[in-house]
Amino acid sequence: MISMKSEDYKAILEHARKELPNEACGLIAGKLDGDNKIIKKVYFLTNIDHSNEHFSLDAKEQLAAIKDMRSNELVPLGNWHSHPESPSRPSDEDKRLAYDSKASYLILSLMDNENPVLNSFKIEGNNAEKENLVIW
Amino acid sequence: MLITVAGVKKEVKDDLTVAQLVIDEKVETPQYVTVTINDEFVESRDFKNTVLKDGDTVEFLYFMGGGQ
Repeated sequence: MISMKSEDYKAILEHARKELPNEACGLIAGKLDGDNKIIKKVYFLTNIDHSNEHFSLDAKEQLAAIKDMRSNELVPLGNWHSHPESPSRPSDEDKRLAYDSKASYLILSLMDNENPVLNSFKIEGNNAEKENLVIW
Repeated sequence: MLITVAGVKKEVKDDLTVAQLVIDEKVETPQYVTVTINDEFVESRDFKNTVLKDGDTVEFLYFMGGGQ
């Protein structure tokens, strides 16, 4: 299970809508409790592709985020990005570029802007498995 | 010599290159890894020729991207 505060979800949603028509992206960090992941902090990074079909995190911002996590005694839990025009599921490119089978990959679909959908996935090779995401 | 790798202090041999450190640290998918030394980015083509110094701080940044 992976859990997130509703205020963090709202912040992701607000940022992703602001970045439309492009994909928005960032990192998630928090604590591990056995098999459970607790998101404590969401990072909003620049999509250096500035594209509605692709995203790449800005490496300098990524470095700053990693240092911030460490200074706050948080561990990297994964990343998040938005799909402006497609469902909340990993694309072939998402799978190909998902190097870490332990990470959580959150995907926010805005294809129906009034009814956004956020899911979290574990990805290993070409297999993506939805994980239980709790927003509280 | 003593260096810091991903926040952890480590004793390593002198004249260690970034390329060897990537191997020693068992970095997964090294083709998607960016390395920084003391916050300076090292180009992957320079990994073999970049020798670490005592006190260096190294970070591995994994490329993260995708597409819808």
